[in-house]
Amino acid sequence: MFLVDVILSGLILGGIYALVAMGLSLQYGVARIMNLAYGEFTIAGSFAAYLLFSASGLSPILALAVAMPLSFALNWFIYRLLMTPLVRRAKSPGALEVDSILATFGLLFVVQGIMLVVFGGSYVSYSYLAVPVDIIGSTVALNRLLAAGIAVAIALGLTLFLMRTRIGTAVRAVSVNPAAAPLVGIDTTTYAAFAFALGGALVAGSGVLVSMFLTFNAAMGVVFTMKALIVVIMGGVGNIFGALVAGLILGLAEALTAAFLDSGLTLAVNFALFLGILLVKPTGLFGKAAR
Amino acid sequence: MIARNWTLKDWAFPLVVLGGAALLAPLPAVAGSYWMALLVNILMYSVLATAWALFSGPTHYVSLATAAFFGLGAYTMAFLGEKLPLPLVYPAAALIGAVVATVVGLSTLRLSGVYFVIFTFGLAELVRQLVTWGEAKFGGTVGRFVFIDVNQQGIFWMLLGLLALVLLVGYAIQRSRLGWALRAIGEDETVARHSGIDTTVSKVAVFVVSATFMTVVGAVMAPRWTYIDPSIAFNPIISFQVLIMALLGGAARLYGPILGVVPLAILFEILQANFPNSFSILLGLTFLVIVYFVPNGVVGLIDQGRDKIARAVGRRPHPAE
Amino acid sequence: MQPLIELHGVSKSFGGLKAVAGLTASIPRGEVVGLVGPNGSGKTTALNLITGNLTADSGAIVFDGRNIERQGAHRIARAGIARTFQLVRVMPTMTLAENVAIGAMFGAQPCSPAEAQERALPLLARVGLAARADQRAASLTYIDQKRLELARALAAHPQLLLLDEWLAGLNPTELKDGIALIASLARDGLTIVMVEHVMDAIRALCSRCIVMNAGTKIAEGTPAEALADPDVVKAYLGDDDA
Repeated sequence: MFLVDVILSGLILGGIYALVAMGLSLQYGVARIMNLAYGEFTIAGSFAAYLLFSASGLSPILALAVAMPLSFALNWFIYRLLMTPLVRRAKSPGALEVDSILATFGLLFVVQGIMLVVFGGSYVSYSYLAVPVDIIGSTVALNRLLAAGIAVAIALGLTLFLMRTRIGTAVRAVSVNPAAAPLVGIDTTTYAAFAFALGGALVAGSGVLVSMFLTFNAAMGVVFTMKALIVVIMGGVGNIFGALVAGLILGLAEALTAAFLDSGLTLAVNFALFLGILLVKPTGLFGKAAR
Repeated sequence: MIARNWTLKDWAFPLVVLGGAALLAPLPAVAGSYWMALLVNILMYSVLATAWALFSGPTHYVSLATAAFFGLGAYTMAFLGEKLPLPLVYPAAALIGAVVATVVGLSTLRLSGVYFVIFTFGLAELVRQLVTWGEAKFGGTVGRFVFIDVNQQGIFWMLLGLLALVLLVGYAIQRSRLGWALRAIGEDETVARHSGIDTTVSKVAVFVVSATFMTVVGAVMAPRWTYIDPSIAFNPIISFQVLIMALLGGAARLYGPILGVVPLAILFEILQANFPNSFSILLGLTFLVIVYFVPNGVVGLIDQGRDKIARAVGRRPHPAE
Repeated sequence: MQPLIELHGVSKSFGGLKAVAGLTASIPRGEVVGLVGPNGSGKTTALNLITGNLTADSGAIVFDGRNIERQGAHRIARAGIARTFQLVRVMPTMTLAENVAIGAMFGAQPCSPAEAQERALPLLARVGLAARADQRAASLTYIDQKRLELARALAAHPQLLLLDEWLAGLNPTELKDGIALIASLARDGLTIVMVEHVMDAIRALCSRCIVMNAGTKIAEGTPAEALADPDVVKAYLGDDDA
């Protein structure tokens, strides 16, 4: 039935949005960095997967093992080099957020510029696991289903990590109260850097996975950044589960809009949802009370 | 309304502005076309950056929406320029900008500063998508041809007038209760509210003024292009360049942004001419340098220098002592 | 005579936590009333509800004959309620005079910027800060910032002044001066509600004292009566010591 098709594709799209947004949840929720260059790293991951696939036929699933550690290291350096001076000079959390927006805005143009120089502006795509799969009477592409499934798995894994391990609990402590964390022996800077780098690894991974079915070019990072920002803020900052739910809602809304209204209005619907939820619940669906 | 209690000293700045405008007005008669193009660019960015700093300076709410309003103005001209007499198109653009800014402001300025930035970041994309959809659905094609008869001289004079106007309006606001309310909001919004300031109305009011200027600039500049489509009119690079220029000059003073516009407009011309492929990278690097090394802009450096001199010379005795 | 401000069954919860539960109180004009209680008893939340920083889940707050429980903070400020904050908040890059001028400009008797700046100087003199009127507020010591906050609150011409632990963290001399300053404000007819832990100040200044615990009022009366109440002792010290 048509509605089932739409809902299913909406849920899968939502899962993919959640996947893309989870890294930002860590970067903003824990390290307090509002990273406007976030989407550029998604695209960078996509290009990396594309290069590996066309050069050596390496499966994107395996490319994850290359892209994610690389991105982790790169983002660790970015935090240490670019973000710590801002953290040090910020007089309040609000000032740090504004400063990080400005700095990552500049970073956006640098990273996008590098990719434009190296890859040019043309669109690129490749095909992997574009196999139709039958689910409750609906047909879905295997690669999309895989990406959405991995999103759920990562969300659960990350939540377990944050809730059940020592390191994860320390990360949560830094997120909840960065001023008090050092009082219990937590090195806030290192954990913030760790969270930022982990977020970077996740976003590169998401870029690798979406490259399986998406046609992309070097200028598309901004769109990913915006969707990720909407998902993270809608879901409640720092809340992984919230990001998953918000992503699903977003995907569903988009699929329904494209099917029953007009596919040219998807961004408008995104923003309408974003605004609507924030006006009713200013800290997002699952957010904690105001900082 | 506002100038009733002004002393002679208070009239100094407005007179300087009007005098400066009078001095620059005859330029088109003597300048060659290359210089005219550069001057028009500098004037355009000056108005945009000053208008940007009107709101984002005192409140510290970084607006990335410049491109959205500029594009709206350009599109208004493209749409109405051949249907209405020109003197009506500019006020129409101003009205459209004011209405959109009121809607955007009322819905997003209740949120915290960071969420406002995010929304303005996406606003240009959102407006672009809506215009594309509207054009495709009702107009049939997405691009438009623009054949409006305004020459470079006319654009120069209109921008000069706008620059003088935005500086005067900014000056009047600064000295009024609204200006004080904005400063209080930028210092501590909670205290501002508890002191009796209606923070939402204050923020929206100045945001609307700022956006209206940006929209009119877009309408003024539109005749320069013969063909316009949403990705040209709503190009996010404008938001970014205006931001860099205002930050370099310093948003704390009214004349600060202009100090940043002049060197950067020239720099960007040179970069774009000689390194068109790496323009984006160089733009980003320039911005990072400013954010890290000159965060309060040239104006901030001037203020710091003044403080140092005051300390070295020794404090002047306070009149009450 | 009608009380200046009354609370009727005011409640506020945060998630599962009942910060204020059915608080009913009445403050007559011209009195200095102490609001005391152990930490977490809901005193600051009560202040926040009065000033409009928070909106009550239920109940009514009547100020000068009007219901204000649904009004925004700026309306309430203009109606004549001013406050200081538990963690002092001044406008750091503005001068002292400018800080106070903000209070005058937008308070209960609004005026132009020029007039507000004129009104600021005598108020700064009242709190002992006149000599530094042109200094940046960020350069002040903690206690001077508290005085500045008080001057800013007074500039708004309030009928009701709410002090949130204004005397906290002072040495004995500063405390004596602070108590004298509040006493002089009371003599001028200002109605004051003080949230305090410094019992000496409560005994010296307050004609009445309201004790809160776990979000409700558990005792009321003169400071001597209220603090001797067995429920109050139990709340502060626990069952065994009562």
